[in-house]
This record gives sequence, C-alpha cells and structure tokens, in this order.
Amino acid sequence: MVATFEPKTDYKVIGTRPIRHDGYDKVTGRAIYGADLTLPGLIWGVCVRSPHAHANIKSIDTSAAEAMDGVFAVITGADMPEAPDKLVDLGEGNVNFKWASNKLMAGDKVVYRGHPVAAVAAVDRYTAEEAARKVVVEYEVLKAVTNVVDALAPGAPIVLEDLVGDDLGEDVTNTNMAEHIRHEFGDVEGAMASAAHTIEREYNMQMVHQGYIEPHNATAVWDEEDRIKIWTSTQGAFTARTQIAGILQVDVSKVKVTPLEIGGGFGGKIPVYFEPIAAILSKKSRRPVKMVMERVAVFETTGPTPGGRMIIKLGADANGKLVAATADIWFEAGANPGAVIGPAAMCVYAPYEIPNTRIDCWDVVVNKPKTAAYRAPGSPQVAFAMESAVEELCQEAGWDSMQFRIDNSSREGTRRGDGVLFSKIGMEEVLEAAKNSDHWNAPLGDPPAGKKRGRGMANGYWFNIGLKSSVNLAVNSDGTVMLIEGSTDIGGTRVSMAMHVAEVLGIGAHEVRPSVVDTESVGYTDVTGGSRTTYATGYACWIAANNLVDELKKRVAILWDISEDDVEFSDGVFSSKAESEKTIDFKELAGKLADLGGPAISTGSVDLESAGDGFGLHIVDIDIDTETGKTDVVRYTAIQDVGTAIHPSYVEGQLQGGAVQGIGWALNEEYYMEEDGSMANSSFLDYRMPTSLDLPPIDTILVEVPNPLHPYGVRGVGETPICPPIPAVANAINDAVGIRLYNTPMNAGSIMKALSK
Amino acid sequence: MHPFAYVAPVTVEEAVAVLDKHGDRARPLAGGTDLLVKTRANVWELDAVVDIKNIPELMTVTVGNDGLSIGAGVPCYQIYENSEVAAGYPCIVDGTDIIGGIQIQSRAALGGNLCNAAPSADGVCPLIVHSAVAHIAGPGGNREVAVEDFCTGPSQTVLKKGELLVSMSMPKPPANFGAAYTRFIPRNEMDIAVAGVAVSLVLDPSGQNFESARIALASVGPVPILATAAGDSLAGKPVNDESIAAAAALARDAASPITDMRGTIEQRRQLIEVLTGRMINKAIERARG
Repeated sequence: MVATFEPKTDYKVIGTRPIRHDGYDKVTGRAIYGADLTLPGLIWGVCVRSPHAHANIKSIDTSAAEAMDGVFAVITGADMPEAPDKLVDLGEGNVNFKWASNKLMAGDKVVYRGHPVAAVAAVDRYTAEEAARKVVVEYEVLKAVTNVVDALAPGAPIVLEDLVGDDLGEDVTNTNMAEHIRHEFGDVEGAMASAAHTIEREYNMQMVHQGYIEPHNATAVWDEEDRIKIWTSTQGAFTARTQIAGILQVDVSKVKVTPLEIGGGFGGKIPVYFEPIAAILSKKSRRPVKMVMERVAVFETTGPTPGGRMIIKLGADANGKLVAATADIWFEAGANPGAVIGPAAMCVYAPYEIPNTRIDCWDVVVNKPKTAAYRAPGSPQVAFAMESAVEELCQEAGWDSMQFRIDNSSREGTRRGDGVLFSKIGMEEVLEAAKNSDHWNAPLGDPPAGKKRGRGMANGYWFNIGLKSSVNLAVNSDGTVMLIEGSTDIGGTRVSMAMHVAEVLGIGAHEVRPSVVDTESVGYTDVTGGSRTTYATGYACWIAANNLVDELKKRVAILWDISEDDVEFSDGVFSSKAESEKTIDFKELAGKLADLGGPAISTGSVDLESAGDGFGLHIVDIDIDTETGKTDVVRYTAIQDVGTAIHPSYVEGQLQGGAVQGIGWALNEEYYMEEDGSMANSSFLDYRMPTSLDLPPIDTILVEVPNPLHPYGVRGVGETPICPPIPAVANAINDAVGIRLYNTPMNAGSIMKALSK
Repeated sequence: MHPFAYVAPVTVEEAVAVLDKHGDRARPLAGGTDLLVKTRANVWELDAVVDIKNIPELMTVTVGNDGLSIGAGVPCYQIYENSEVAAGYPCIVDGTDIIGGIQIQSRAALGGNLCNAAPSADGVCPLIVHSAVAHIAGPGGNREVAVEDFCTGPSQTVLKKGELLVSMSMPKPPANFGAAYTRFIPRNEMDIAVAGVAVSLVLDPSGQNFESARIALASVGPVPILATAAGDSLAGKPVNDESIAAAAALARDAASPITDMRGTIEQRRQLIEVLTGRMINKAIERARG
C-alpha cells in the first residue's frame, strides 16, 4: 500500500537555506576524494588499453612488464573470474555480470577503443605506466561500427558474436540489435489518417559524456581472509558492492565499499570500472592497489549516453488537439547491450495527452564505450525530437505553441506512452507559470550589431524513482543527533537529509550531523540517482525521526513517572497531556538520557515503488552571429514542478546544472568519431562543455505542487532540467534565423552551413 | 611517463650543450604547458628536460626605440601586463591574453607557443604581422629566422639539433600603424582556434589610404600562414568596403584548411574571410587612434 500525505506549508526548517554540512571541507580542500586516499604500502595500478575499437586479441606478452623493477602484479582477461550471464537490478539501470566483466577487461576480443586488455600494479604510478607500455599485444584489427545505421545494415561487422537479440520476444542471432520493444495504444493508424495536420521528422544525435570533473578511481585491499575492501567515488556504495561481488564471484558480505567524496557523477558513477581490477591486482600483489583514470580513458571507456536516430510523427485535429503519435527510436548501447530505450519510451510523450500512440525502440550495439546512465537517461534525446516536432507542427498549422502545450497538457489520469497512468502531476501548473513568467512576457530586445536574436521553449519530463534507503539516528548528550546514511552526497543531500530529521525533531539543521558511511555501517541503500535521494532517503529520515520521537517519549515517561501515552511532542518540546505546565525540550532531554534508559537510537528504511513525476519547461533567448554561426545564450529561465523544495538553493542548483548540461549538449558536445572508431576529441579542450563564461545567469521558477507520496511533498528534481534545453535551443535558433536543425550538436559550423543554403 | 633528468642551466651555452647532447630526447622547459602534457601523454619520450627560466636573456622584455624584444621564456602575463608593450604592440597583447586562462598565462611563454608550432597558436600570427624575427642560439653559433618561416609543419620548426630559441624581436611600428588579432572559438574563452586572423597595416597620414599591410592566418594550414597577396592587395588602396572585401577574399584563398573535430574546410574558409574583414577594420581603428 502506498501512503499519501496532505500538503503542508508551515515548516520551520524545510524551505530554509542552511549551509551544507560538508561545505567547509569541500571549499577548503579538506574533503577526501578518491584520488586523495592513501594507505600504508599503497601501490599503483594502470590498465593496458586497446588502441583499436574492434579487434581480435591474437596474443598478449606480459613478460617484459613482469620483469621490470618495482612491478608487483600483471593481470589479463584470463585472471577475471567467469561471471554469469545474469541480469541484476541496480536501481537506475541493470547490470549483466558477464557483459560487465567483459567491459572491464577484454577476453579474446576488444570491442571499443581503450578496452582494457591487461593491468599492471607497481610501486608508483609512473613505473606502472612504463610497465604497461611494455605489455605486447598482437591484434587482428576488425572493421568498427560506430553508429546505429551502420550497425544494423546488412553485412555489418558483428560486435558481439554471442549476442542473442530480443526482437519483440523473438530471438535473433548474428546481429548488433540487442533488443526491440514496442508500446502501442489505441487506433494509431486510423487516428493519424483522420488528423487535419501531421508532421514527420527524423532527428540524429551524437553520443555525449556526463563530463564529471573527477575521474573514476578505486583503491582495493584483498586481505588474507579473502575480504575485499574498496574505497571509491561512487553514486552508490551498495550497488558498487553488488557489481564488485558479482564480477569477482564472491558473496556480497566479503566486500566492503567505503564511498569517498564524489566529484560529479550524473549517472556515470553507478557502474564500476577499476574496483574489480584493483581488487584482483591487490590479491595478486598482496598490497593495497590504487587506480585513478586518465581523462582520455574517462571519455573513451566510461559514461556516455546514447546518440542515435529518432523518427517522430504527430497528428493533430483541426482544433489543435493531438490525436496520434508514433516514435521510432534507435539508441547506441555502446559495446555491450543496454541503451536506455525503456526510459526513452516512458518519456517521449509524457508532457502530452495523446489518445493513440505507438513507440518502437531498438537497443543497438556499436564499437563505442558502453553507455551508462546520464541525468534523465534517454529523456533529453526524445525531448529534442518531440519538442522540435511540436514546435514545427504548430508553425505549419499556425498555432501558438504555448497554447498548444497547454491545450494538450498531460494531467492526473493521462496515460503515458508506455501505459502508466499519471497520479497528481504538475505539468499544467508549470505551463501556467511559464505563460505568466516575466521572461515569456518580456520583449526580445535588440541584439548587438551583426547578430540576430530568437526565443525558444520546450517541455521536459523525468519519472523519478523511489527504491530502498536506510538511515540510523542517535542522540548525543548535547542535544545534537547523528544521522547515519548510505546515500552518497552529490548535490547537497547531507543537508537535505538533516533538514528532514530536524523538521520532525524541532531542532536546527545544524544540530543534526549527517555522515555517509560504508556498506558495513548502515542498511542497504540504493544509488544516489534517478532523482530519488531526497525523496526516498528523506522519507527514511522522516520515519527514523518519528521513531526517535516515540523512543524519547518513553524516556520522558520515565522522567515524569507517567505513561508514555500521556507524553505529547510538538515543535521540539515534550509535554504532559495531564499537566500542560510540565515540559522538557529536546536538548534538555538529551542531556538526561544517560539516566533515563541510556542511548536513544532509531532507524528508518523504505522501499518505495512510486516517486512522483517531474515536469519542467525552459525558455531561452539566444543571439546568433550570422557570419560565423556562433550562438550566445543571453537569457534563460528554468521552470519546474519540484513538489516541495526542501533546500531551495540546491533545488535551484539542480535546475541550473541541468540547464547548463543541456545547453552544452545542444550547442557543442559530441563524441567526434573517426572512421576507425576512435574518439578524436577525448579532452576537455575539444569536448566542448560550456564554461561559466559561456552562460548567462540561469533564472529559476520553482513551482511547488506537493507530491502526495512523500510526507513533505518532495519530488525528484535533478533530472528533468536536462531535458528541455536541447529542443528549447533548437526552437530559439529557428526563431532567430529561420533554420531548423534536426541533428546535435547545433554548433557554429552546422548553423553556418544551414544559413548558407 | 618515461623518467627524465631535470637540468636548469643559467647560460645559453650550457643549455645548448645539454640540448645538443640529447638531441630530440631533450626539450627546453619554459612554462611547461605543452611539454608536460605531451610528456605525460607519451607523445615525447624525454631523457632530459632543460629548464630555461634561469637564463636571464630568455626571461627579459625590452621595449625601446629600436623595437620590442621578448625573451623566449617570458610568460604571457608579463607581456600583456607591460604597459609599453600594450601601448605600442596591441596585437601582441591580443594574442597573449587569450592563450588559456589565468593559470596558463602565468606560466606559458610566447616563445614556447612559437616552438610548439601548432597551426592554431594564438601567439604566432601577431608576431608575423609585426614582422618579428626569431633569434636562435646553437652549437654552430647564432642565427635569425623570420617568424613566418619558423614553423615548418605541425609541431615542426627550423630548430636543428642543439638549437635554442632565445628571443623574438620586432621593429618599432611606424606612425599610423595599427594591428589586431582575433580567433573564432565555439566557446567564449578557454578554447582553441577554429580559425584566427592577425592584421597589421600602415595608413597614409590622411588615414584614408592603406600604405602597406600584413595578414597572417591561424589554424587553416599545417603552419601559421602569411597571406602575402591579401596583405599586398591593400597597399595604395583607399580605405573602403571594397578594398577590405577584396583582401578578405584573398585571405580566404590563402587558407588551406582541413576538416577535423574543430571545424570543416568550408567553415574555416568562410571564417577567415569574415575575421579578416573584422580585423582590418579593427586595425584601421587602432591606426587612426
């Protein structure tokens, strides 16, 4: 059963903006990230990587590396345990241990450039790098496939010979097509045929990377009891443990993962990369082994989110109501199956009520890095296609596209493209806020000489997830509370969690001291991802805090020698129902606990199926230099239903960060692939993410439609904001200079080319 | 990364001796902003790194009646923060203050930018349009090479075994001189040129006619290009849109770009034409004061 809550507004702590508990450590450099860790006797591990995107391994000769002074261990794919062909749920996405193991260290074939073929552990990093260069690998180079069209063409090189694809339930072999799914509702063909206006367009996107600043890292100790200790920067210590244990074929209780501070993840730090390799190197060398990835390898071997091809067809009646839609979506999985086609299908039509819909999605294997979750995985791509098509449909039919979005908005009871019915959602409220916003109603203004200005907008959606979280609370004698949680803190969740507890206990946010701990110090907790942490771990905090109140009532009952049923608690003060002048506040009680039964502790845990859907709309003004094609973003507003903003600064930060990543994706970011399957721009110089100098202030409008599924009305907020920017920018480019771009990135070269036609 | 010896000589002679001994397995270290990257990426495998920052003549900027001399190891910020350089050689400032960010500019040397010989170097085209000369010391003695002849290919220069760039010098600009450099980058800063154009010109005393001009192009060929025909086309012409457009079109013809991750051939040609027009106009503005 799902509990529901009435919306409240009279909060004391929630909605305020306390300084985050980890703030001082992070701005002063005291916080310990993965690369900062050191242990007695620590040695360094380095991977030997394939220079080819697709090749058979003929032989590997590690003898020269092993003979080098200072080298303690060399491993190859032969040292990897045989992992089972078994799919395991990681919360946000799945892992198949066989593929995951193969991704980390090649067997007899490399399937992406940078694919590790061996690893070396040596006394220091440079010795390990030198030794790695002495490993001699003989390859038989194969033709690489780097996009979905080539991969599905007849006679295409096959990336994984043993892949059995699932084509709407039918097994297929000798293919790069891992999965084909379909969702269909209503009479799509009939409705489309009856539509007064239709539009059909194809969109193509390049793979992009999450672009976290901190590279992947892991430090491992495999001890004499075969216990494996791992320190790593991860979005989820427990899901890292699941993967490490599965790949190493040991029980989860043999693996202890200590999450260190994390320098960005955006979904890309859910999969493990170095952890099992460092563990095997440690087992072989009997020393702690540390590995830190180079930036080139971060780009070439971790992370990205799929590029691909999409065809959208929309049909509307003469009154501007959508009657039918079809979407055909081909996504690049990378070198192993698992592109995010399921979420793409869930998201593509979500902002709209459309009675007749069909979605076909294909998961296609190519010789590129295995894709990972990236902020609303799959949704920005389909938002680009859908929101571009909606805008063009409105243009052709002569409709106001804001009114069209309002008239066709999804609402409570609307059926999503994959069949799910929406509960209470805030799409209509977001549209209303957008329509009435200062930005939408402001005149465009004049661009500088030589430039043209345009405005665009687009919707975006992410479904948000719930899942499992655990927290422990303990009261200190000085009236503070220790909060022990398993959710790694990427976006300020320590303070949001503390605020949940503080609100219940009637104390200040800084009187709660949150700690993110290892997998042996708290109950199972799913990843920080899927926009779930404030929702689900916050919910667990609320439960634990209420349990703590119950426990403390017992202590008050001892103090006053009354029944615990006669103790009331409100605003941080316990009182007697019978004698209202008898009161004791939380802090005073904390000081007396030693004589009232000893330490007071509590726990809270949740497993939440539903989370509450998130909708947003962004408005962007851009200037285009018509001679060079350069785009400047000059004004930006992100509007989103955030449920309840626990800590508004971090909610605004999520909206701003998502918008910035989306702007980068829209304008410049891409995996620029050479014919041979190598990425030409595997550096932050040439993988052009926006810097602070490329962006205006990102204004935010927080629409609060409390989520009835959470005690304080929280909705996930982190992912929705990366969905609208790409189509919003495309629509603004169209408004500024009249061209319509169907491919990303929409960089200066593409704009110049389109303008010269 | 291959282990290497670090050497810090205090004279040009000592530096030359070490470089001569190791040949291409030794490299001079100025700011290190290219050397460290290439060494760590194993592009270079070095036995010796020769830090030249303790050699006085490589670390000196001199501005006088005979012109400007910049030691090969002088970091960018010491150039663009020099008020005499800024007053007399604004195009040199245009180049040096857009190389990287503050941290890079605090270390990276203009001489290093030249020796790195990237076609996209922002520091080199400004030197070319200022008619700069590279002063080279070597085991066989000293020699001078015009900066436009210094680079021979991507990462390739005229420097022979044991030779060291000591300084770049350029004449004091005449009256009615103006010069400017810009580049096109997809972002606003911290980026590498898709195309770049430097222009220097001298107007007649009326300010209405060109006496002479030099135009140099970045990132559109294997080396920075001195577009002689484009610059010469302006000599004797009146300052108007027609003569500027004609020079810009000739600059476009002088470009021989490739298509790569940073831009296409067609995009780069068009950028050269657009930027040349813009820089001629900016140089005219500066020439007229």
